[in-house]
Parts: sequence; C-alpha cells; structure tokens
Amino acid sequence: MSLETTTEKKVIVFQLKDEEFAVSVQQIGSIERIQSITRVPNTEKFVKGVINLRGVVTPIIDLRTRLGIEETEYNDSTRIIIVYLDDMEVGLIVDAANDVIDIPTQTIEPAPEVIGVVNQDYIEGVAKLENRLLILLDLRKILTAEEITELKTVEGQ
Amino acid sequence: MDTAQYLDVFIDESKEHIETLYRKLLDLEKNPNEKTIIEEIFRSAHTLKGMSATMGYNDLATLTHTLENVFDAIRYERVRVQSEMIDLLVETVDQLQIMVDDISGGGDGSHNITRIEKQLQLIEKGQLLEDTEQDLVQEEVSVHTTSVFTNIDEFELSILNESQERGFQNFEITVRLREDCLLKGARVFMVFEVLEQLGEVIKSDPPVSDLEEEDFEFTFSVILVSNQAPKEIEEKIKKVSEIESVMVHPFSITKYRESKDSNSSVNKITDHNSVNKDKEEQQKELQVPVKNQQKTIRVNIDKLDVLMNLFEELIIDRGRLEQISSDLKNADLQDTVERMSRVSSDLQSIILTMRMVPIDHVFSRFPRMVRKLARDLEKQVDIEIIGADTELDRTVIDEIGDPIVHLLRNAIDHGIETPEERLQKGKIEKGTIKLKAYHSGNHVFIEIEDDGAGINKEKVLSKAINNGLLTEREIDALTDQQIYELIMESGFSTADKISDISGRGVGLDVVKNTIESLGGSISIDSELGKGSVFSVQLPLTLTIISVLLVELNKEKYAIPLSSIIETAIVSKEQILSAHHKKVIDFRGKVVPLVNLKDVFDIPNTNLDDEYTSIVIVKKGEKMAALVVDSFIGQQEVVLKSLGSYLSNTFAISGATILGDGQVALIIDSNSIIK
Repeated sequence: MSLETTTEKKVIVFQLKDEEFAVSVQQIGSIERIQSITRVPNTEKFVKGVINLRGVVTPIIDLRTRLGIEETEYNDSTRIIIVYLDDMEVGLIVDAANDVIDIPTQTIEPAPEVIGVVNQDYIEGVAKLENRLLILLDLRKILTAEEITELKTVEGQ
Repeated sequence: MDTAQYLDVFIDESKEHIETLYRKLLDLEKNPNEKTIIEEIFRSAHTLKGMSATMGYNDLATLTHTLENVFDAIRYERVRVQSEMIDLLVETVDQLQIMVDDISGGGDGSHNITRIEKQLQLIEKGQLLEDTEQDLVQEEVSVHTTSVFTNIDEFELSILNESQERGFQNFEITVRLREDCLLKGARVFMVFEVLEQLGEVIKSDPPVSDLEEEDFEFTFSVILVSNQAPKEIEEKIKKVSEIESVMVHPFSITKYRESKDSNSSVNKITDHNSVNKDKEEQQKELQVPVKNQQKTIRVNIDKLDVLMNLFEELIIDRGRLEQISSDLKNADLQDTVERMSRVSSDLQSIILTMRMVPIDHVFSRFPRMVRKLARDLEKQVDIEIIGADTELDRTVIDEIGDPIVHLLRNAIDHGIETPEERLQKGKIEKGTIKLKAYHSGNHVFIEIEDDGAGINKEKVLSKAINNGLLTEREIDALTDQQIYELIMESGFSTADKISDISGRGVGLDVVKNTIESLGGSISIDSELGKGSVFSVQLPLTLTIISVLLVELNKEKYAIPLSSIIETAIVSKEQILSAHHKKVIDFRGKVVPLVNLKDVFDIPNTNLDDEYTSIVIVKKGEKMAALVVDSFIGQQEVVLKSLGSYLSNTFAISGATILGDGQVALIIDSNSIIK
C-alpha cells in the first residue's frame, strides 16, 4: 500500500432529488427517521421546526428548501441527519441516507461554476468516484446566521 | 481513625450547621424567648461539636462546646437572652466559620479562641438561677414510687425536662400482660400504638428490640410524654385485650437524679471535652431520633443529569407504548401501560424537583452579612427579602452567591447614606435594601434595590473620562442606562474614599463578568437621591416552571403561569373596537386582544365563533389578552432552549417536551406585550 491512499475522508452520502451529497462523518451525530416536528413560527421557510431528540430540543432544516430545490412529500426513506457545528446541533432533512464511504482526498476538486441546482456558495468541493459524483456540502455556510440574513436581503430586493 | 474520606461531608455539614446557627441567632434576637429557636441552636452546636471532635479539630470542638454550654444555660433559663449577647454569639459563629473555612482550604482549623471562649464562659455563668428552678420542678412532681429506670441518659433527660417546661407531663407506665397471652409481641405493639397516639414514648424497659422479640416476662414499663390525664391513659391502654393491669405514675426527673446520684458514685458528666464522650452522646442521640428532622444524602449532580436524560428517553418510549396499546385495544396491555404512565409521571415530578433548590439557600446568609456590614460602616440598614422560595437549578444557585454579595456590599457601601445624611435629606434614618427574586419566562430575575443616594451621572462621566474609559465626544450618544453601566467597567470606582468593603474597582466588573459567563445580564436603573436598582437576569438552563398548555389549530403552546393573570371565555359582544384594534373590558381596564394565530402565522379557521377563549397576561403594569382555540390544562414542564441555531425566535422563549415526547413551544408573553 502506498502512503497516498491513507489520506482518506470518511463521509456520509445522502440524496437530494437525484444528486448525491456528502458530509464528513466527524460532523454527524446520528441519522434519524422522520418523526413528528413541532413547527416554530416566525423563522425562515427552510426551518421546519424542532424535534425531541432524546431529550434535546433540536432544530430541523429542510435541506431541499435551504438549497433551493423544490419540496417533496416525506416518505419511508426520508431521513434526518443530525449535524454538529461549533455549539450548534441541527437536523437536516434529506431524501435518503445511503452510505458511509471513504473518499481519497485527492479526488476532491473545488466546486465548478455551475453544478446541478445547488448554489455553489454552499459547496466545499466535488468528489469524482468511478461512476458517481459527490457534492461535499459546506455545513458552516448552510448553518451560519450571517448567511441567512444575507439570503433574506437578497430575497427582499 | 482515618478521617480523610469524611472530610468533604464534614465540611459540607459544618457549613450547613454554621448557616443554621447564624440564621437562628438572628431569629433569636427578634424573639429572645422562643424555646424552639434556642433548642435548634443547641442542637446544631451540639452536632457540630460532636463532628469536629470526631474529626480531631480540637479548637473547633472546644468553641462549639462552650457555645453549647451557653445555650444549655439559656435552655434551662439560668441565663436570659440579651441583645448584647447576640453580638458575641454571632462573633463566635464567625470564628467557627473562619475555622471551617481554614479546614476546607486544607488547614488544620486551629485558631486562637481563648478570648472568646472566656467571654462565653462569663455569659454562661452570668446568673445562676439553677437552685430555684430545681425547687420548682420538685414541687410540681407529686409522690411517686421507685422507678424501674436506672439508665436514662442526658439526652433523654433533656427531652423530659423540656416537655415539662412546655406543659406536658412525664409518666412512667407499667403494663402487665395476662399470663395466657399468646402473642406478646403483638400486644406490645398494640399498646405502643395507643401510646404513640397519646404522646411520645421516650424510653422503655426492657428496650424496644427485646419487646419485639418477646424477650421479656409479662411486665414492661415505658416513659411517656403526654398531655393527657393519667386516668385516661390507663383507660385507653386497657382497651387492648389480654392486659392484666396498667399502672400510670408521674415520673420525676429530680427524683431520678437524686436516686441515681446516691446509687452510683459521681456519674455526672462534668467534662464534655473528651472526644469519647462526644461520640457516646452522638450515638445516644441517634437512638432517639428527633422528630421532623429530615434525612438527606448527598448525590453528585452529574448523576442527577444522567438520571434526567434517561428518564426523558423513557417518557418517549412511554408515549409510543401508549400509542401501541390504544391501537391494539388489548385490555391487559392498556391496563399495564396506564399504570406505568401513572408511576412514571410521579417519577417525573420527583426527578424534576430533585435538582431544584430554593434561592433561600443563598439568600439566607445575607441578613447577617448586611447587619455586620452596616455596623462596620456605621449605617442603619434593613434588608427585605422577597421571593426566597423561588426555585432555581442547583448549578445556578452555586454560582450566583458571590455576585449578589458584591452587589449587596456595593448597595450598602455606596448606596445607603449615613444616618445623618439621610436625616438631612429628609429620609428616615434606616435605609432599606430590597432583595427580590422571581421567575419570568426563561429567566430568573434577581433585583437588588436600595433607597440610598442613587448614582450621580455627572460624577460617573467625569470619572470615566479621567480613567480614559471614554472621550468627551462619546458622552452625548450615551443613554442614562449606558452611563450607569459604566460603573461596571473594569478599573472604575466612584467612591471618593476607598474602603475595604467595595471600591477597589475590582468589584462590579467581576460581578458583570460572572453573570455574563452564566449567560445572564445585568442592568442598572437609578434616580439621584432616591436609590438604585440592580437587576440581574439569569437563564434557567434546566428549570421547571408551571405552564398553561393551550391549543391553536392542533399546535400546542405553553404559556408560563407566572405571567398569566387569568383565563376567560368572552362572547362576541364583549369584544370592542378602539382605534381599529380589538379590545376587551377586563375589570374596568381596556385590554388589547392579541390573536396568537396572527403572531404565529397559523391559518385562522374559526373567525366567527360565538365565544373566544382568552388568556390574560401581564408584563409589569401592562396587560394583553391572548386569543387561543382552547385550554388544555396546567402542567409542570422542563424549560429547554431551542438551541443556539434558533435562539432569537420572536415571542418564543424556549421549548418543552410534553409527556408524549412531543415538543411544545413556550410563549414569551413579554415580547408580545408592547
């Protein structure tokens, strides 16, 4: 084995519409089935509400709405991925969580100008595997409040 | 004996006893003749003495022993309580505190106590009225046969003595069972049950354990403290079957003492100092448990956290089980699940309250501190405590003590003026500090209000400029609040004269930092010449509050009971219009109607209902009537934050997890009332 192969990144792969996304396992707490969500009024549209995650009230974001993809009904394969960032704990609703894989870091490339339907601001990079294309999400951008307010002003104009 | 492992417990308990001593001494100052207070002080001093002697802290033991003697003298009215005495007694407890602090800091608790010990001994010997007292007791007691009791210890005697003072009588009762009695143990038990109803059994011969095991002939005797007539006691005991005879005689302590003195060579405990005797006494004390003394154990708070979390998971599963059982409609299953639900709700309330401590824990030491400080500064200060029963999470309680002490010191030192100054200003000589605690929404508020000099804005500003905290140009932009808050900047002190109480410029900024590190905030309001209010707002990271659950289109919301005035159902005609706004007339006041569905973007379905359910909430003097669909009921819930991601949601102060595992949002009515 060569030394190069040791630099791998373990990611969780999940699906939104017909694209595959990835988030580093280190940022993930757990993957939950969809459960009853309590709506929180006066929040952003993509904030679906909060759930009771084993005694912790956890905010839930619909990742489709957050990334500007049209909504669908939740079904049996819908999952909530609980992610941690700094002191935040947030659940992301995804269409399906498929897999845990190791991506060799050298296959990760910076985001191209246009990729699918997702605004490139939220993309950390793209990993090309044999016949798959994984989009690595930048969780910080997705979760930080500044980004949300920016988004607001853009929408407001 | 290796005592190291008991050190923590010793320190904790000593501190508690010292706390009790302080509190009770202050009570005593107000009611110098109250027997229960004297009794409690005596008991605390006694326990403290026993503990410190066992742990080998001799100075501590000696001083507490002297203190105990003084109260022993007071107890038997050999010495009268006088206010000058209280000062010395408080000082004694101060010394005890110093020693315990030394021990908890790793020291050996040794301290020079000779002076104070001498003074205490003087008090103790003050007026010896012993002889006349004894005579009185003797007169009260009528003729009596020789007692079977020969080994009554000092502690039991003291109880008997005390009961006499309180107007009870001591009886020696001898019961003889019939010789054909089969279940002697059961009869004895029945007799004891009768006795317990009549009064309190102090001692029995043979001892209770022997009686239980039927290890006696047919006769047994007890000493009973009761306020019933001997005839009546006799009658009542005779109601138990298989009893041959009952004899009730008054029991005389003096006679007992005399006979004992003549029997045994001098056996009086004259020297309490020895460690062994203290141990003996402690053991004896254990045999006769003092009523209404609660037993407690200490539990690591982390364990409680774990317990809490585990329990919450259990609740979720309980919810599921309930669902499943109602789907399956199996009677047995439904029965069991229902019982489980009931047990777990009891369990829930116990777990929830376990972590809560009334803020009195912290507040209780303030009156003494204020008293001492005021005396040191030659000021007259009264402290008024409101809301001492406000419950707070233990973790918060542990942290807020020091900041509040600082604020109180500040109020006494800088706020309250000297009596002369106050008179000049036309105020009464005595200043008042109000210490107030209350819940509101997701927070606990603690207010320290004084009726002193207030904050001089000009002085604050010039000082701030001198200290380089701000420039002249910045002044105009500052609000009054901001000016007041300058005094909490580091390196700021407005007192012209620096005292050792406050005014070293390290006080208020430390307070501010501590409070902010707890996730709270502090604000100041002041009026020159009238006084200042320091409001501390603290979060309740894990606190239980009572809420009213309401329903809005299938969504459940919780309104904290603390902000609710009342709930009502009003008919259409009662809703009026004023300035294009809907209002109602609530007890002569015009209260605006706020439809929660509008606030929370909920589709409004039943606009034209004949009746509307409203919850009237208040914020200070202002009120609002919140329109809801229906009331679900009142419930105790755990406040949880929405997480830092959603921390600034409008009109929502937090969330809670309901019994079925669902999340309900808690309405912050303060932000709805404008």
